[in-house]
Amino acid sequence: MRLPDRNHMAIAAVVRYPLRSSMLLVAIAIGVAAVLVLTSLGEGARLYVTSQFNSMGTHLLFVTPGKNEVGGLGGMAGSLGGSPRPFTLGDVRSLKRSPYISSTTPMVMGTANINYQGLERDIGVLGTTHTMKRLFEYEVKSGRFLPELDLDNASPVCVIGDTIARELFGTAEPVGKWVRIGDRRVRVIGWLEQGGQSGGRDLDEAVFVPIAFAMQVYNRESVQRMMVEATSDESLVKAKRDVIGIIKARHFGHEDITVMDQGTILSTFNKIFLVLTSTLAGIAAISLAVAGTLIMNVMLVAVSQRTAEIGLLKALGARRSQIIGLFLTEATLLSSLGAVVGVLVGYASIELLRQLVPLVDFQAPDWAVISAVLMAIASGLLFGIMPARHAADLDPVEALAGR
Amino acid sequence: MIRFENICRDFKVGDETVHALKDVNQHIEAGEYASIMGPSGSGKSTLLNVLGLLDTPNSGHYWLNGRDVSKLPDDDLAATRHEIIGFVFQSFHLIQRMTALENVELPMVLAGIAPAERQDRARQMLCKTGLESRMSHRPDQLSGGQRQRVAIARSIVMEPKVLLADEPTGNLDSQSGKEVLDILEELHADGLTLILVTHDPVIGQRSHLHLRMTDGIIKAERQHLQRQPEDNGDAPS
Ligand SMILES: Nc1ncnc2c1ncn2[C@@H]1O[C@H](COP(=O)(O)OP(=O)(O)OP(=O)(O)O)[C@@H](O)[C@H]1O
Ligand SMILES: [Mg+2]
Repeated sequence: MRLPDRNHMAIAAVVRYPLRSSMLLVAIAIGVAAVLVLTSLGEGARLYVTSQFNSMGTHLLFVTPGKNEVGGLGGMAGSLGGSPRPFTLGDVRSLKRSPYISSTTPMVMGTANINYQGLERDIGVLGTTHTMKRLFEYEVKSGRFLPELDLDNASPVCVIGDTIARELFGTAEPVGKWVRIGDRRVRVIGWLEQGGQSGGRDLDEAVFVPIAFAMQVYNRESVQRMMVEATSDESLVKAKRDVIGIIKARHFGHEDITVMDQGTILSTFNKIFLVLTSTLAGIAAISLAVAGTLIMNVMLVAVSQRTAEIGLLKALGARRSQIIGLFLTEATLLSSLGAVVGVLVGYASIELLRQLVPLVDFQAPDWAVISAVLMAIASGLLFGIMPARHAADLDPVEALAGR
Repeated sequence: MIRFENICRDFKVGDETVHALKDVNQHIEAGEYASIMGPSGSGKSTLLNVLGLLDTPNSGHYWLNGRDVSKLPDDDLAATRHEIIGFVFQSFHLIQRMTALENVELPMVLAGIAPAERQDRARQMLCKTGLESRMSHRPDQLSGGQRQRVAIARSIVMEPKVLLADEPTGNLDSQSGKEVLDILEELHADGLTLILVTHDPVIGQRSHLHLRMTDGIIKAERQHLQRQPEDNGDAPS
C-alpha cells in the first residue's frame, strides 16, 4: 500500500466523522495549549526577574550574613546554620578600605505603620543610604532621595513611594510634610516616581529612611544585608575577595558571610524558574495523557463502526500490518492536527496574556512547544496501537457479518 | 487446484459444539464451475469461507494450487487470498462513501499499484461488467444488480484464479440475478474457477459440479448436461 493512499484513507475517515474528529482535536489541542500557556507563565516570570536584575547595574555583589553552602538566595542560611555574626555599621564602613569597592549600601527592611493627620496604613520600610538610588536608578518626582549622611546619623527623614503619597496626601504635595512612622515623627523629603518593582519589593508602597534611623525603629544593632558595588566589571572578583577578607578579619577569622554576584543570583533564579516551568509543563502534560486515553476510546469506537469494512479489507487480502497502519495513521493524523490547533490556540492565548499584562514578556520556551507537539503525536501513536491491533485481530468472517 | 482432506470445522456455542463441516473430502479442478446447495445451516457458507481462507479448519488439510494452506500464518493467508481468490458477497460489501470506480480500485490500493494504472484497470473491469456509464456513481445511486456487478468487477480486478460467491443473486430480483449470473458464467468461460453457493435450483442445474450439503457433509454429483442456451424463457427480456 502506498503512503499517499494510506494518508488519503485516513483523511477520508477523519473527515467522515466530523463530530468525533473535532472532539478529539479539541481534547488534544487543550492539552498542547495548556502546556504552552503554563510554561509561558513560568518563562515570563523568569524573564521578568532577569530583566529586573539586569536593570540594577552590572557589577554588584550581594552580601548576607551566614555561610550559605548551597549558593542559594541567602538570608535563610542565617537562621539555619547556627548564629552567624551580624553585620555592624563598622563592618559596612570597613569595606571602604578596598580600592575595588566604589560604594557599600547596607539595608534593613521591616514593616511599620505610617500616619498623616489620622490617615494611616501599613508600609514596607527600607533603611538604607543615598547610594541605593544609583543602584536602582530610581526617579524622584519631587524633593530628593536620601541625602549622603554619616552611617550612624539617624536623621528623621523619609522618601515615599507614589502609592503611599497618593493615599496619604491625595493631590497635595507631600514633600516637607511631617508624618508618623511607628511612634516617631519623620519629615518627608522626597516622593518617588511611580515605577515598577525592584528586587521583589513594590517600590510604590515603600518608604525609604536612613539606615541608622531604621535600626533605631527596629531596635537592632546590625544591618540585614549589603550591596557592594565594585569599581568595574573587571574588579568584581577582587572586590569579592576583599569583602570576604575584610569581614573575615573583623569576625575573628570566621568566614561567616555569603557573597553573591548578579551572575550567581541570576543562575540561581534561572534554576528555580526552570524547575517551576517544568513542573507547570508536567502538570499540563497530564491533560495530554488524558487526551491520549480519549484517543484510545475514540479509535475503538472507530474500529467498531467500521467492522464490516475491516472484514472486507481482510477478504480483499489486506495484511495485518496494513490494517494497523491504517488506524495508526488515522490516530496520528488526529493527534497531529490537534497539536497544530493547540499550538495556534496556545500562541493566541499567550498573545492575549501579553496584551493584558504588558509588563511581563510571556513566551512559551521552544523546548516546551516541541515537547508538547511530540508528546501529542506520540500519544496518538501509543494510544492508537491498541485499537489498531484490535482491528487487525478481527476475525474476517465475523467482521464481514458486522459482528 | 483445490483439494479438501478430512476438513472439520467446529463452532463452540456455550458448552455445545456445532459441527459445521464434518470430515469433508472434495476435489475441485481448475476451471471448474461448481455450485453448493443445501438447506439453511447445512454448512455452505462455512465451506466457502474455508475455501476462501477467511476461516481455518479445526482439522484436516486444504491444498490450494498444490500447497497446504490449512496451517498458514495470518499474513500468508492474506497474501494468498490477495493473489488467488476473489469474493462476491450476497450483500455486496461495497464501501458507501466511494464511487464504483474507487471500490474497484480498492484491492489495487492494497497492492500498492499506482493511481493511473489502477484507474485504467478498474475502468476495464467496469466495462466488462457493463457499467461504463456508472463509474462515478456511489453505491446508493445504483440498483442492486448494478451494485453486485461493481462487486464482481472488484473481485476480478486482481485476476484471481478462483471466484467464490455466497448467494450472489440472493438479494436480487430474477432479472438482475440473471444478468449477474451471466457475467459470472462469462468469467468462468474465460477460464476462472467459479464456486457459488445458491438456493436457486435453476442456477444449480447450470453448474457442472453439483455439491449438495446436508449437516456438514458433502455429496457431490457431476452434471453431464451441456450448458443450456442463454435464453431459456423463464425470465422476460
Ligand atoms: N460463528 C459461528 N458460531 C457458531 N456457530 C456457527 C458460526 N458460523 C456458523 N455456525 C453454525 O454452523 C452451521 C453452518 O452454518 P453456515 O452459515 O455454514 O450455514 P449455511 O449453509 O450457509 O446456511 P444459510 O443457507 O442459512 O446461509 C450452522 O449450524 C451455524 O449455526
Ligand atoms: Mg450461508
